[in-house]
Amino acid sequence: MTITEAPPAADLPVRKGSTRKRLVPYWLLLPGIIWLVVFFALPMVYQASTSVQTGSLEQGFEVTWHFQTYWDAFREYWPQFVRSLLYAGTATLLCLLLGYPLAYVIAFKAGRWRNLLLVLVIAPFFTSFLIRTLAWKTILADGGPVVDVLNTLHVLDVTSWIGWTEGDRVLATPMAVVCGLTYNFLPFMILPLYTSLERIDGRLHEAARDLYASPTTTFRKVTFPLSMPGVVSGTLLTFIPASGDYVNAELLGSTDTKMVGNVIQSQFLRVLDYPTAAALSFILMAIVLIMVTVYIRRAGTEDLV
Amino acid sequence: MTDTNTGGDVRLTGISKTYGSFTAVHPLDLTVPQGSFFALLGASGCGKTTTLRMIAGLEEPTTGTVFLGDKDVTDLPPYKRPVNTVFQSYALFPHLDIYENIAFGLRRRGVKSVKKQVGDMLDLVQLGDKAKHKPHQLSGGQQQRVAVARALINHPQVLLLDEPLGALDLKLRRQMQLELKRIQTEVGITFVHVTHDQEEAMTMADQVAVMNGGRVEQLGAPADLYENPRTTFVANFLGTSNLIEAEVVETGGTDLVVTAGGGKLSLPADRCSAAVRTGGKVLVGVRPEKISLAHADDAGKIAEGRNRVTGRIVDSSFIGVSTQYVVNSPAGAELQVYEQNIERDTRLAPGAEVVLHWNPAHTFGLDATQDIDAGVETVEDAS
Repeated sequence: MTITEAPPAADLPVRKGSTRKRLVPYWLLLPGIIWLVVFFALPMVYQASTSVQTGSLEQGFEVTWHFQTYWDAFREYWPQFVRSLLYAGTATLLCLLLGYPLAYVIAFKAGRWRNLLLVLVIAPFFTSFLIRTLAWKTILADGGPVVDVLNTLHVLDVTSWIGWTEGDRVLATPMAVVCGLTYNFLPFMILPLYTSLERIDGRLHEAARDLYASPTTTFRKVTFPLSMPGVVSGTLLTFIPASGDYVNAELLGSTDTKMVGNVIQSQFLRVLDYPTAAALSFILMAIVLIMVTVYIRRAGTEDLV
Repeated sequence: MTDTNTGGDVRLTGISKTYGSFTAVHPLDLTVPQGSFFALLGASGCGKTTTLRMIAGLEEPTTGTVFLGDKDVTDLPPYKRPVNTVFQSYALFPHLDIYENIAFGLRRRGVKSVKKQVGDMLDLVQLGDKAKHKPHQLSGGQQQRVAVARALINHPQVLLLDEPLGALDLKLRRQMQLELKRIQTEVGITFVHVTHDQEEAMTMADQVAVMNGGRVEQLGAPADLYENPRTTFVANFLGTSNLIEAEVVETGGTDLVVTAGGGKLSLPADRCSAAVRTGGKVLVGVRPEKISLAHADDAGKIAEGRNRVTGRIVDSSFIGVSTQYVVNSPAGAELQVYEQNIERDTRLAPGAEVVLHWNPAHTFGLDATQDIDAGVETVEDAS
């Protein structure tokens, strides 16, 4: 009976081909996986081991499972942790308040100017991060036009009173650092916001208006909830790097505005206390991870992303 | 004019819409009686959806006024009009479940306890078990019913339906037509239904306004529009018509007598919408199902007093309940004839010489200055 034997014979080459096909995704993933292992996973393991070592630069470091470093580091530098989260949180909030209306206008009202506006949003990236931050030194300089205007409007009286600025100065105050952070991370907020707003079907706005929702209610009940994926990814892309940033505090701040990033940097490069620096990095990572997990759970955007 | 009769009429007076140099809707007057099922019928781009959107308030009219009952609502934003819309793509809120989608309008108007009303509405559209589902978990037909429920729960004075069945497949569409008609009868709200499907409009509506090029061509009950079209567009767009160019030979009596292709035809004078004079032109129309077909050999058996046209069958297609013939004749090319399949005459095959005959009372007359092919469905629209 040739008929019964024919199918397996015909099947064989097909199955061979499909095995090869099944492996294709893994081959495509390989470069990325190697990259992550070499430049992310291995350094993480190395850092983790550093954080539980003791010793000194002269005598060398040795793994002694000295977890006390974590507690000591946290006890000594907790004000910097609090400050980092506070500055990053304020900057994220400011980015959201500045970025949302902008993203909204680009998505719904810009018409043929849309692409130009998007280019303008990312235009600052054509200049180096350091140069842009240094430029803010000039912008916020003592006696400069910005400070003068704020002074005349008595804004500085208010910000001094709540401790954001000192007297007639803006530079080297918390406000300067937060301004720098806000400026530098604003595009990371706008772009995801724009993407999720732009995806909203305009007919949903019409449907809401047809169902007795005023423009304000339409925004509150339809537009904003539907843009939540953008709000979540925008705040994460802003908050996470901002909480570990040290350049803005270094260039625009003072010794009183040091963030945890500055501490880690100086422990690594100046004090050369590698275990403390590594422990601080892990503590920051843990704090951010916990906060982000809680935040994503709360935002409840699983259905929308 | 008592309140009970006109309290809920939708009246459009001199309403028009232009976009730049393009006129979507020419100034038109239209009255939709309260409680009726009214259809705006036309091909895409005829201005029917724009007209609907002006009633909803989603489009601002360039000129004219929209009245709901005695109230001028032209300047009211959509959220202040007692009118709700079922959108073509349903536009259900993807972030809300079915229950909240339906409750949306009530909540916006500050209704505190919505539970009973939403429950009743879910029952009306037979989706009680889907309350906690999200729109994307529902089929097209179910989404369509949610869209209807979401609009109806507000007890609008007028429900506007913008091609609500367009996205459904044929079988489901037929089912939903009956469903919508049932709901309309049950709730008694005025429905204004926009569609490009003439069969849908005729099945569902009490009154149909046929629109073409931003104007209302003709307004009337479906049967009236079908039997007495007043323009070639209506004659061709609603069903199929055989239009024959003819010359008037006799006027004055109750019947007009005309000649076409050498033969005489007569039609009732009151069914001719064109002004006629002896020697003038007129288009004579007759629906394909009104025509009987006889083989040329049997020409003698045809009763006296019937209109006759001789010709030759060029095509025939058997479609079950009927057979459709295409006949070429000196009076006109490609005349359509639908014969019921009761007793099939085997001689009626392509190439056969035949006589078409029908009751003169079933003939209508149209103004001959119009495009004879206006409103004929092209392959592109026929979907």
